[in-house]
Amino acid sequence: MAYIAMTTGFVLILIGLYGALTNRNILRMIVAFTVANTGVNLVMVAVGYLHGRTAPILDAAVPVAEAVERIIDPVPQALVLTAIVIGVGVTALMLAYAYKLYESKRTLDISAFKDLKW
Amino acid sequence: MIRRLFVVLLLFGLAMVFSGLMAGYSPDEVLNLSARYYAEHTAQDIGAANIVTAIIVTFRGLDTLGEVTVLFLTAAIVGLVLSHGRREGRGSGRELPPAGELLTTGTRLLVPLILLLGAYVFVNGHLTPGGGFQGGAILASAILLLLLTDPLRRISHRLITAIESTAGLVFVGIGLLGIVLAGGFLDNRILPIGSLGELFSAGAIPIIYSFIGLKVGAEFSSMLAHLSETEDL
Repeated sequence: MAYIAMTTGFVLILIGLYGALTNRNILRMIVAFTVANTGVNLVMVAVGYLHGRTAPILDAAVPVAEAVERIIDPVPQALVLTAIVIGVGVTALMLAYAYKLYESKRTLDISAFKDLKW
Repeated sequence: MIRRLFVVLLLFGLAMVFSGLMAGYSPDEVLNLSARYYAEHTAQDIGAANIVTAIIVTFRGLDTLGEVTVLFLTAAIVGLVLSHGRREGRGSGRELPPAGELLTTGTRLLVPLILLLGAYVFVNGHLTPGGGFQGGAILASAILLLLLTDPLRRISHRLITAIESTAGLVFVGIGLLGIVLAGGFLDNRILPIGSLGELFSAGAIPIIYSFIGLKVGAEFSSMLAHLSETEDL
């Protein structure tokens, strides 16, 4: 189970990087980056998974006394929660800059922006 | 064509690295030391049923304060970048086609329910999967629905800023109260811990997480509003 999730995560990272490297349209590159971001999150959650255990929430299924034997690692989950939120912030910033780029050259094609190229 | 070949070669190399990592990976059989500490101490020290929430709001509360600050900075920068030199007023006067009956009625029906669900998710953050960040994102999705129905609608930035700054001040204020009344910054034991699994338990966590939810919702809404105000290009 953890292997399926981890493989999916790595494949998503590769798909995202492929999309970011081959597309010329800035919006498509941003979407590709979010796909890669999702892949990284999936890999991190998969690392915290322990076989045959349940979510780290103490309720009828997980009595407090047995918590250590019954729950999966909560730390990667907290980490990924943070990573998702920061990922949204990064995406919003990329979109704002894409708008500014479009405003300056009236195009979203990355090859039209050569100002820093030598 | 040659470029695409390079890309594929690069990704192939990366895939080799990843498969090497996967081959050498063996899942843990027991919790590691820090996870074991959290599993053993959350119930009696924090009183929150959701251990992830206990980690985010109390054990690593300072990191969450930093995270909320990063979000605030992002919202501020998006506002700064997008508002620079923009014309005032309602769009460019260009008429958009009406949104359609389904979207309009659906929005009117769904927006209050979505806001209610968002509030439910962040108030119950210490008991169920969910919490301030998820609830805040749900609140912002109601704003997104409003903006989809009428892209030229202007959301009041003054209201968003007021909610956001009040929530931030209360968050830091509760953290400082923790220094005075309990063990340290962002200590949740300024209120009684109560019994595990009830709504009024886990000390200050439900209050802190509710204000985080309002703050995150306001920040996401401000980003959405700024992005939608670029409609007139």
